[in-house]
Amino acid sequence: MNQSKTSGAPAELGATSRNDAWWVEPALVATGFTLFIIYATWRALVDYQFQEWGPYLSPFFSPKITLPGWQWSPAILILWMPAGFRATCYYYRKAYYRAYFMDPPACAVGHFGGEKYCGETTFPLVLQNLHRYFLYLAIVVVGFLWWDAFSSLFYNGSFHLGLGSLVLFGNCIFLSFYTFGCHAFRHLVGGRLDCFSCTSGAKTQFKLWNIVTKLNEHHMLWAWVSLCSVGFADFYVRQLAAGVWTDIPFIGS
Amino acid sequence: MREAVMKVFRGTDSGSGEFKTYKVPIEEGMVVLDAIHYIQGYLDPELAVRWNCKAAKCGSCSAEVNGHPALMCKSRMDHFPEGQEITVEPIKTFPLVKDLVTDVSWNYEVNKKIPAFKPSENADWTFMQEDIERVQEFRKCIECFLCQNVCHVLRDHDRKDVFYGPRFFVRMAGLEMHPLDTENRAGILKDQAGLGYCNITKCCTEVCPEEIHITDNAIIPLKERVVDEFYDPVAKLFKTIFGKKK
Repeated sequence: MNQSKTSGAPAELGATSRNDAWWVEPALVATGFTLFIIYATWRALVDYQFQEWGPYLSPFFSPKITLPGWQWSPAILILWMPAGFRATCYYYRKAYYRAYFMDPPACAVGHFGGEKYCGETTFPLVLQNLHRYFLYLAIVVVGFLWWDAFSSLFYNGSFHLGLGSLVLFGNCIFLSFYTFGCHAFRHLVGGRLDCFSCTSGAKTQFKLWNIVTKLNEHHMLWAWVSLCSVGFADFYVRQLAAGVWTDIPFIGS
Repeated sequence: MREAVMKVFRGTDSGSGEFKTYKVPIEEGMVVLDAIHYIQGYLDPELAVRWNCKAAKCGSCSAEVNGHPALMCKSRMDHFPEGQEITVEPIKTFPLVKDLVTDVSWNYEVNKKIPAFKPSENADWTFMQEDIERVQEFRKCIECFLCQNVCHVLRDHDRKDVFYGPRFFVRMAGLEMHPLDTENRAGILKDQAGLGYCNITKCCTEVCPEEIHITDNAIIPLKERVVDEFYDPVAKLFKTIFGKKK
């Protein structure tokens, strides 16, 4: 049987018969990711003196970790966990394989890369299979962020509600939608079962699986919204700490 | 009467083949396959095209319309702006036979390699709707092979030697998630089927005319099952202690 393709040799980068603006989506994704990575790196490694203000702690520096002798940014000890979770996330993989690796840049558009394609079967991309371990770590981090949001309501011994608390709560909600709508979580709560009705435990897992599936259907949306919300929450606290912005108190001061 | 300008691939070899231009009168409700039939009937009877049902259920008329993998019978002519040339080419991942017809028999050979449905001897054939709903989605597949065509692992990298492709991950997901099936295909998925070659760029899902969520509901759940078996020592230990999942 002849195994050759109608198109002959592998297509060159960008080769396609498509006449629509297929390049817009990968260009927007690459721009969005690059801007966030530059901002997060700058905040974590350069601008890390502005970590908290009043009742608010930036999500980039939560939980507070103090190690004896550690003289660098505490964000280094924290951000690898959510960064690893997002880097191995099934949505982000699709997004950056298209936008950065251009393999492929869009559907039915010529790819970038050599003939020895190995996908996710060899090092380092085989490590994408560790996604669920980063999920476990991300859940812990999200737990701390919820703690921070609730803690911001109690400041100097009295109840306090300011715009910063709403920003932190909004961030926690979006991060939770993203984290608990994860494909690995969907598998672990019930997707791994073949029979949803066989035991009472399986029936409970089926209900959980259905809820996670609802979140998972919009995983891309929550990935972007939570990326923006965590960046904005950090920026908001940074601006307060730097004295550029002033918090708006609703209750208390 | 309005006319569409159709640029249709003609030839038996991708290197020497060329596009020929035809003018086709447009009628209301017309699809690209109607235009191809018009060319066959009135302008160029030697034009080769495979089709059958004209109802998006047989999966025969797969092609690339303006570069988009699609069923010709599901591509409405009024979808294209008036005056725009409409390009129709054969799908690119499989060997060309003639004009718009390709040899997709490689797929049938792959299909034979998949371990069939294997119920236990004393299986209770009554099962609940919630146990079969996931599998029913996969049964919608009409084997148009558009997902195989657009998958860059097959299309650009030509890794037919190590990769079964999305159509067959859908089939294997339907078997693996079936409540009565007892076969474990995780090893085959990882090794012979090459599931790890998929980098989940989701083009298969984008082109599926049956709107099967190939990546989210078939491929990724299978990847997670492979992780259970081969990449997650904690899950493996858990399974060893508490027994196999049901």
